Amino acid sequence: MTDPIIHMEGIKKHFGNVIALNGVTFDVRPGECHCLLGDNGAGKSTFIKTMSGVHKPTAGSISFEGRPMSFDSPRDAMEAGIATVFQDLAMIPLMSVTRNFFMGREPKKGRFVKRFDLDAANAICMEEMRKMGINLRAPDQAVGTLSGGERQTVAIARAVYFGAKVLILDEPTSALGVRQTSNVLATIARVRSQGVGVVFISHNVRHALAVGDRFTVLNRGQTLGTAMKGEIDAAELQDLMAGGQELATLEGSLGGTI
Amino acid sequence: MAVDATAQTDERIKSESFTTRMMKRPELGAIGGVILVTIFFMVTASGSMFTLAGVMNFLTPAAQLGILGIAAAMLMIGGEFDLSIGSMVAFAGMIFGVLVVNMGLPLIFAIPLTLGFAAAMGAVNGAIVLKTGLPSFIVTLAFLFILRGASLVGLKLFTGGSTQLRGVRDAVEGDWLTPLFSGDAFGWLFVWLADAGIVPTLRNGAPSIPGIPVEILWFIAMALIATFILLRTPAGNWIFATGGDKNAASNSGVPVRRVKISLFMLTACAAALVAIITVIDTGSTDARRGFMKEFEAIIAAVIGGCLLTGGYGSAIGAFFGAIIFGMVTIGLTYTGFDQDWFQVFLGAMLLLAVVFNNAIRKRVTGER
Repeated sequence: MTDPIIHMEGIKKHFGNVIALNGVTFDVRPGECHCLLGDNGAGKSTFIKTMSGVHKPTAGSISFEGRPMSFDSPRDAMEAGIATVFQDLAMIPLMSVTRNFFMGREPKKGRFVKRFDLDAANAICMEEMRKMGINLRAPDQAVGTLSGGERQTVAIARAVYFGAKVLILDEPTSALGVRQTSNVLATIARVRSQGVGVVFISHNVRHALAVGDRFTVLNRGQTLGTAMKGEIDAAELQDLMAGGQELATLEGSLGGTI
Repeated sequence: MAVDATAQTDERIKSESFTTRMMKRPELGAIGGVILVTIFFMVTASGSMFTLAGVMNFLTPAAQLGILGIAAAMLMIGGEFDLSIGSMVAFAGMIFGVLVVNMGLPLIFAIPLTLGFAAAMGAVNGAIVLKTGLPSFIVTLAFLFILRGASLVGLKLFTGGSTQLRGVRDAVEGDWLTPLFSGDAFGWLFVWLADAGIVPTLRNGAPSIPGIPVEILWFIAMALIATFILLRTPAGNWIFATGGDKNAASNSGVPVRRVKISLFMLTACAAALVAIITVIDTGSTDARRGFMKEFEAIIAAVIGGCLLTGGYGSAIGAFFGAIIFGMVTIGLTYTGFDQDWFQVFLGAMLLLAVVFNNAIRKRVTGER
């Protein structure tokens, strides 16, 4: 098995007297999708913010491509190749897909006056979106006209195009319909096959099982262990997320619909 | 993964007609407005309005407003307002007047100094807005009064009690930079055109207009440069992104603060440019200069398709918005209407533009 791109060992994060993370161990290998599951308040958000350089861990070590690493800012993490797609997606609805795609990283041309090379940008954008299975009507289509799933895909395509080695997706499917969810999951599978390590954060066990290679469950700031695909089923994951409590009794009355 | 996407089409997306595509341009409303206003005056005004001389006559005030309007449009696209530009015209006019009259500086020093002063004030405006996180509306409203008051006090101080500073024309007479900021350009061309019989002549054989007033050239140049920046440079993309959603923009690596401060400096400089042009033109400056111009500039920008919420708009739109303004102000004198209808017309125009823009925005984003 290949070495992990990023390995986080015993990460602790305290905010004043609140212990948000209390010893989390997590790693991602190239070309795998590692799902991080946890209920609300389990510490998922804090953990990905630590991974993407927003927070500095109180204790614990991070090694990136085998070397110890400490990120001072999200920018550091981004430059190292850790891209995070947050739930708000960092997309501007009134701007075109191309302009969003290259926002802050515009390709330039021209010797004296540095122009925004729109033709190249449009071509790249159309091509990258096509690779992700989305046919844009036109590259100048406003992002506001895209569906939630398509926007998610634009954000993923953008991160991959700009050289992400690790792609952190924060609940990418939580607000999507059935069809769009399957599109986004297919996108994740595509990205993974390109050798990118995907961190998929979710509280939806079915979505995780559909695309994940490994599963780590986070509960009350601690990792409860990592399971390989095939070693664990939906019910067990669900139990772990809930801390093995009331859900077992709820399960019966809900008929396994969660 | 080689999917032949050209062959795939989504059956649910209707192909867009040329008209639908045009409908989505932010400047459409302003161009439509120009056409409507032109038709209106074609019918009601005397024919002399649309002669060459008549056109220059309404383009001159349009240009003075347009220089402000284009800058205001860029700032609005960047998500901020500047209500102090009118007062800035008076303030920069005072600075300029003092530099050339009281201190006797040649234009080569006076103009950069005036622009520098204005830019510094713009930067202060921007810095306060960014530091406090208050709406720029309120911060620049404060500067509307501060700068207006400072111009009054300053003028009295430098002239020994008068609120008007005269003698600018004498001071700049013969300066090699004066023709860039005052008078008419391409006079020789019009003499030649008149001789060739293309341009009508006055009784003494001179062409009916002495040339193109320089402010119109500044106005056109500014519209072209602003449009180029907005649509074809990375900086333009940053302006749209900053106004659209400043968190998303800064998360994507756009230098949001630098963009906003630069835009505030730009609007202040545009006000200073208008001040320089009009002060040289009239030969004097006074504390009432630029009165209400901040609102007129914003109206021009809004008629030109700028959204009040930022992130959307166009410099060409503001260009046409300013032309509508000039046509209405001057055009009413060519008609039998009372000139004071101007303000009624203006308000109605603004209302119409805002309603129209709102509908357009929904179309663009596909909102339902």
